[in-house]
Amino acid sequence: MLYVLKKLGVFLLTLFVISILVFIAFQIIPGDEATNILGAEATPERLEALREQLGLNEPPVTRYFNWLAGFVTGDLGFSRSYNMPVSELLAGKLGITACLTALSFVMVILISFPVGLLLARFAHSVFDRVLMLINQLVMSLPPFFIGIIFTYIFGLVFKLFTPGKFVPLNEDPLRFWGYLIFPALAIALPKSAMVVKLFRGSMVSQFGEDYVRTAFSRGNSRRRVLMHHVVRNALIPVVTFLAFTLVDIVAGSIIIEQVFAIPGIGRLLLSSISGRDLAVVQTITMIIAAIVIAVNNLADLSYKYIDPRVKFR
Amino acid sequence: MHFRPTVKQIISALLTLVMLTALLSACSKSSTESDPAASGPDVSSSVNPGQPLMGGDLVVALPTDIDDPLDPHATFSAETRQLLFNIFEGLVKPDTAGNFNGAVASSFEISEGGDVFTFKLRDGVKFHNGETVTAADVVYSITRVAGLETGEPLLDGIEVVDSVEATDEKTVAITLSSGNVEALALMTAAIIPEGSDPAQEPIGTGPFRFVSRSPQENVVIEKFADYWGTPAYVDSVTYNIIESAETQIMSLMSGAVDLVAHLTSAQVAELGEGFNVVEGTMNLVQAVYLNNAVEPFNKVEVRRALCYALDKQGVLDLLSDGKGTLLGSSVYPAFTRYFREDLISFYPHDVEKAKQLLAEAGYPEGFDMTISIPSNYTPHIDTATIVAEQLKEIGVNVSIDLIDWNSWVTEVYGGRNFQATLVGLDASTLTARKMLERFETNNSKNFINFSDAEYDEVFLEASTTTDSAQQVALYGRLQEILAEQAANLYIQDLCDFVVMQPDVAGYEFYPLYVMDMSKIYFTA
Repeated sequence: MLYVLKKLGVFLLTLFVISILVFIAFQIIPGDEATNILGAEATPERLEALREQLGLNEPPVTRYFNWLAGFVTGDLGFSRSYNMPVSELLAGKLGITACLTALSFVMVILISFPVGLLLARFAHSVFDRVLMLINQLVMSLPPFFIGIIFTYIFGLVFKLFTPGKFVPLNEDPLRFWGYLIFPALAIALPKSAMVVKLFRGSMVSQFGEDYVRTAFSRGNSRRRVLMHHVVRNALIPVVTFLAFTLVDIVAGSIIIEQVFAIPGIGRLLLSSISGRDLAVVQTITMIIAAIVIAVNNLADLSYKYIDPRVKFR
Repeated sequence: MHFRPTVKQIISALLTLVMLTALLSACSKSSTESDPAASGPDVSSSVNPGQPLMGGDLVVALPTDIDDPLDPHATFSAETRQLLFNIFEGLVKPDTAGNFNGAVASSFEISEGGDVFTFKLRDGVKFHNGETVTAADVVYSITRVAGLETGEPLLDGIEVVDSVEATDEKTVAITLSSGNVEALALMTAAIIPEGSDPAQEPIGTGPFRFVSRSPQENVVIEKFADYWGTPAYVDSVTYNIIESAETQIMSLMSGAVDLVAHLTSAQVAELGEGFNVVEGTMNLVQAVYLNNAVEPFNKVEVRRALCYALDKQGVLDLLSDGKGTLLGSSVYPAFTRYFREDLISFYPHDVEKAKQLLAEAGYPEGFDMTISIPSNYTPHIDTATIVAEQLKEIGVNVSIDLIDWNSWVTEVYGGRNFQATLVGLDASTLTARKMLERFETNNSKNFINFSDAEYDEVFLEASTTTDSAQQVALYGRLQEILAEQAANLYIQDLCDFVVMQPDVAGYEFYPLYVMDMSKIYFTA
């Protein structure tokens, strides 16, 4: 119980610090919402009038706490650019990015676990070496590059999807998921390669341990030792890494959304930063930060189930 | 045990390196491709023999999101302005030649002194909500845009309007504070229903009416059945927001998009055959704008030296296979009456002369300078790279500083805190005055801090004259002064390619940054 409370406290404190950092960053970079709305040709008088109207002339501390007060009571603020509440603006987009991220994460697990196990099973064989080389190549490919290649190959040559024609979920669920497969795979491939490398390495290193020798001496096959003894012990560093991977996937989706023209929160985040739409940026940052922290905590919790020796204090 | 993987690591590291080099060379190859034989779209392919069809849903790619209120009176983003051109109309409307024809007004008269504009309203012009346009709507619209009640004019330049009144049900008289024949361009300000707020509900009289907007996704407009003029061909237009240029190209290839505007010649070459391509110009003055108030650009010899060192044609050859229009001053060719073509060759490319001028100014060894550029404008960044290479010849070392758009507006344009910047300046209304007023010493938009006594004098004369011929001569002289004083390093009006699917045609270029969707059609 105390453990959960402690974690919750750290969780909230982290969010608070991040929101302050975002706010300070917005104070430091030149330009504000008013310059974005009125453009380059605005007269100083009109800018001043709009700043007054938007409350941008109040001291930063007051503005920060005004935002915070709204945020904790569920009022996410108002996007001037789009002339609608932030909650409404995000409603449709959050789901799209969540689907893309989740699909990508599932792909990472579905690809990396079997491949990792296979490579550990045949460690140091020719098969292992060839595959590890390919793995090394895939790891170094940036997602946007894979995205462009996929669009050419699967979109334009094999016509498995229509590049630039995103289909909303409520219009056609099948084609929605169909459109997301390739962007999700573009993010998942390099990440999977990293997990494969780590998982295989972790398992191979376990083979030197005493308990493995004991297991072998009892007459177990290599396959049985691997599946029944090694996997569990090799999983802890991998789970930690998967938590980091999820963070990378969220970051990767920001870029991939541009390449595949997917209307998710990643694109919105980028355009809101250049539009100095603080309320939108704060909300999206908070959501991403909350997910990152939550996933890391879940990873911590899962250690207990993987390795019963782990105790929480 | 620990040595075995090292060999493998070396091999994989080597392989990774090889692949990265291959990747990098592939990337740089595609971006700097300038083989004149392979690229360069065939302009004659724009002749489309197909017959116009009525109907169809057109999908257009937009490079930036429409993320400001859809208020035609207070629109500052060029992308929003070009979209609203299809929804709203003013008393008059520009045509492709830059003339102003009656729109909501059927005819107009300008008084002798150029200070009273009398508009006769066209019969049966309807708003998108079904109401007929009345004189009261016009009075409301002009009062709103000119800020006659609030004291805050919404449109730059409209402050010249002093009063507006409906003399009868079909006639509106607009009085200016001083005679100004160019003010007709301001009468393109949108007419909206009395009491309406377009930011909440965009209702106009144009050939299309607003349907919906999804942030970062699309904007949809549909054909207005009761339009007073020539109706649009297509039933609806969906503007899809696609920021990435690569994705725009692939969306054209996949058929997801029917029309993409503002492509470069390299991108058109990438698309290959089978598309309907039309070429025009961007209608802007691309130049290295120099802060005339800071060292060393406060010396006219230095500015002239840079002008001589610049090989404009060389820039175009590298950047766009020689396409684009060279400029020598601050007016672009779409202003046919005012454009001084003779100034293009005011500073012929002459490195020796440039070096000599630099030595006279006290910089025989050259100097270092920084060009600040908004990071979202790839053509300007590419241009700056070429210019930097050219200026090296006279010992001027250019570093390019990429900043985001909002920072550029605040620091460079508003704060005048810069040495040099490379951008394209355009005119929001079709007046030469818009292009030239910013170089008057005390103008608030004079971000380059240009100051010349004769310029101010001639500008004052040009803005008060009511004689058109004299005005043309005076605006010509202003362009000449800018060239003589080498206010900026003028480069070009960039070429602009619009690419359509083979069954789409009808695109027409305007001297303004607009896309007239009512003229575009699918072919049989």
